[in-house]
Parts: sequence; C-alpha cells; structure tokens
Amino acid sequence: MGQGDGAGAIVLERVTQRFPMPHSDREFTAAHDVSFDVRGGEFVSIVGPSGCGKSTLLGLVAGLIPVSEGRISIDGRPVDGVNPRLGYVFQRDALLPWKTVAQNVGLALLFRGFDPALARARVAEWIARIGLTGFERYHPYQLSGGMRKRVALAMTMVYEPEIILMDEPFGALDVQTRNLMENDLLDIWAQRRRTVVFVTHDLEEAIALSDRVVVMTASPGRVKAVYRIDLPRPRSVTEIRFHPDFGRLYETIWKDLKDEVRLGYERSQKGLLG
Amino acid sequence: MSEAKKVSWAEIRCWRLGLLLATLGLWEVATRRGWMDRFYVSQPTALAAEIFDWVRSGFILRHLWVTTQETVIGFVLGTLLGVVLGFLFAHWEKLALIFDPLMVALNAMPRVVLAPLFILWFGLGLLSKVVMVISLVFFVVFFSTYTGIREVDRDLVNNARILGASQGHLVRHVLLPSALTWIFSSLRVSVGFALIGAVVGEYLGASEGMGYIISYAESMFNAKGVLAGLIVLMAVVITFDVALKKLEGRFSYWKPVRS
Repeated sequence: MGQGDGAGAIVLERVTQRFPMPHSDREFTAAHDVSFDVRGGEFVSIVGPSGCGKSTLLGLVAGLIPVSEGRISIDGRPVDGVNPRLGYVFQRDALLPWKTVAQNVGLALLFRGFDPALARARVAEWIARIGLTGFERYHPYQLSGGMRKRVALAMTMVYEPEIILMDEPFGALDVQTRNLMENDLLDIWAQRRRTVVFVTHDLEEAIALSDRVVVMTASPGRVKAVYRIDLPRPRSVTEIRFHPDFGRLYETIWKDLKDEVRLGYERSQKGLLG
Repeated sequence: MSEAKKVSWAEIRCWRLGLLLATLGLWEVATRRGWMDRFYVSQPTALAAEIFDWVRSGFILRHLWVTTQETVIGFVLGTLLGVVLGFLFAHWEKLALIFDPLMVALNAMPRVVLAPLFILWFGLGLLSKVVMVISLVFFVVFFSTYTGIREVDRDLVNNARILGASQGHLVRHVLLPSALTWIFSSLRVSVGFALIGAVVGEYLGASEGMGYIISYAESMFNAKGVLAGLIVLMAVVITFDVALKKLEGRFSYWKPVRS
C-alpha cells in the first residue's frame, strides 16, 4: 500500500486539550502539546497510563469534542464536526439494546440512506463474516460479551470507513476471545488497508497489532516516544509473540512506559486520597 | 432471587383472595351483628346490590363515560405536553436553566386547591376537568421524560452520531426508546393522578360524572353511595393500569428481565 498517499491520513499538530473541572474554576489538561501523524492505511496504537488522555485524542480526531488548541487534520482538511468517512469502536460496545443484531449492524446504512435491498445484503454479508448467522433477530442482552463486540465491529465496518478509531475495544474480553478478535481485526485490516488508530493500555496487544506504537506520558498526556514495529506481516497475535524481535521491542518500549505507568498510578492514588 | 426462592404464584393468589374474602366477611358480619353501624360504613352485600343496580339501570354508565372521557383526554394531552416539553428542556439546557424555578414552583403548588379556580375559569363542564387532569399528569411525565433523556448513555448518542445519525434519527432511534422506560413508569403513576384530577374537579362543581355522584351521595349522608362510587373508581384505575402494563410489555421486548 502507498506510504502516506493513501486516503485517511491524520495529522495532529501541537494539540492541547483542557476541560473545565466540575464545581471549580480550574481546568484539567487532558492532552498537552501532542503532535504525531498517521499515514493512510497505517495501523497505529497509542499506549499510556490510564488518564493520560488517549481516549480524548480519539474523541478529538472523531470530531466529537472540539479542539481547544492546536490543529487536527484528516487528508489535509481540518476536523470540524463528525466525519462521515470515519468509524469509532467504543470501549463499551455501544449497541442499541432495543434493536436486533441485524438492525444494529445496519444502523449506519439506515442513517446514511442506503438503498434497503443493498443494505440488507451488506448486513447479511457482515453478520456471516462475524460468525453470527442465525442470530440476526437476537437482541444484545441475549448475546455474550464477545458476540456483542463482534456486532460493534460489524456496525463500524459495514459502511467501510477509511479511518477506524478503536478505544480499548477488547479490554473487557477474556484472553482467548480477545486473541480471536485481534486476529479477525488484522484479517479485516489486511484485506483493504484502512487507517486504524488503536488505543490500549496493553503493550503486548499494541506491538502485536501495529505498524507503529505511540507512547504517551502520564497526565497531562504528551507524546513520549514513537516506535516503529517492523515485525513481519501477515501476523497472528498468538504467534507473533514468539518472534525473536518481539521481546526486544517489548523491553525497549516498556522501559519508556514503565515510569509513566507508575507516575500515573501514584497520581491516581493521591487523587483518591484527597 | 427468583432462583434462590421459588415463589408459588398459586399460593400467593390464594392468600390474596383469602384476605379479601376475610375482610369482606368480617365487614359483613360486623354490620349484621350491629358491631358497626351500616349507616356509616354500609355493608358489602348492600354495596354489591347498589353497584349491580347502577349497572343494570344504566345510571352509572353515563357518569362513568363522562369521567373516563375527562380522564383520558386530560391524560393523553398531559402526557404529550410532558413528553414534548421534557424533550425540549433536555435538549436546550438554557431553556431548562431559565424555567427550572418556575417548573419546580408550579409543581409544588397543590393542584387540588386550584380546582375551584379552574372551574371559575373554564366552567362547570368538561374543560375545567381536563385542565385539572393535565395539570396533574403533565408534571409527572415532564420530569420523568426530562430525566430519561438526560440519563441517556452518552456512548450510545456518540456512536449514533459517528454512524451518521441526523437529529431526527437520534430522537427516533436513540433518545425516545431510551427515555421510554422512564416515561412508562411515570404513566403508571400519573394515570391514578389523572382520575383523581377528574373526580376532584367533578366533586367541586359538575352536574355529571363519578365525582358528582359521590358528592351528591355525600350531601345526602349516603355512605353506601359514596363507597359504591369509590369501588367503581377503583375498578377503573385498575383497568387503566392493566392496559398500560400490557402496552409497556409490548415496548420492552428488548429487556432482559420481564416481571
């Protein structure tokens, strides 16, 4: 795939994000002077301690939160509002509980005014792809966590967004389901390369999936370092961990991340205590 | 809980029926033996005969129809008004902030005391009762809808926005279904209020309706008539409640537990 010329390139330039703190005049700085770029079709993970503003960055790129300082652009155009070419997989699966599996998967097509026949075919195709054929008329409460996550993934993939933002999407799953879903994600990504920005606190997951890993500092989040992951593709997340370079990469990045995680933890403890 | 302790519904029903029959039986015996004066508390068999007579002669039907009409019209209008304003207030925070004290103050006002004013303003007929019912139903539904919309899961809204939902899509596919749980619970509370509103209105000034019958019986020191009227009203509320429960069930097919 083209390097940097593919559609879906994201550039963050000196982005600082402050939120007013509730019940006070002070502000909370979620991200401080963050700059990095993601090439079209690239798989980039953002790792960092909890509370470092990883999710905020995704919200900014998605246009859900207006940028307070700095610039974010997609394919050269500044972000203002929700971008229809972009998909977002939330940390908690955001399925509509009153809609069936098929209705949920087809939601974006309904909103985007797709021809109903075409939409039905697309939905059936994606339901088959996530292995939920036969569950079309089930409601979310009748599904397991892994099944719901697959539906959430299909909800996003069904309209073929050029950029997919994922906010710790597999965090709540058990290890086996998680590995299966990670491999599924890599398969889908390999078929038609789209830009993926993947937020996680799991360094192993980040290395196994990504082309590059961005390490953030503890709050207020800044970019501490960016690492290129030159492991061979196609990868299987379960096997790539045994690649001789995997351990080396893990060790290098963890050295950077470790201090930030400890700092983040200490601050959160202090926050809890007063 | 249902697994730990299996409730036998047959047994529960037996208890309920048994208690009801025991109360009625005790009441009947007490009045027959002269332990209680039937002038004040009437008597189950006399009440049954009175209601049966009302129904057979068709006397009650006209009054019941009037009261039901006032209740249903007021209930529907009050609910619509409550849902629409609840939506608007939840959507425009400024509106909510401006009108918050007014809403709280209006809600705190005892509507029953306002009834005479409503009769003065809107006459002795249907309109004053409908206004009375609206004034009771509206606030319950309004506050529930407002809370229901505010409590909507932000992730669901954001997800729908990313998926391409317009404002209309958001209302129809996310906000309304999500608030429906709250709205329904408020409806079941307010249906009782609706009937109270209609009956109190009639009680204070009307020439027909259940409230009028009760008020008339009362002026004749006819405890039997008052109690029979109350029993008929009770039956009406139960009917409404059962109907609403059925309706609610049809809208909560997607929920894990149905009681």
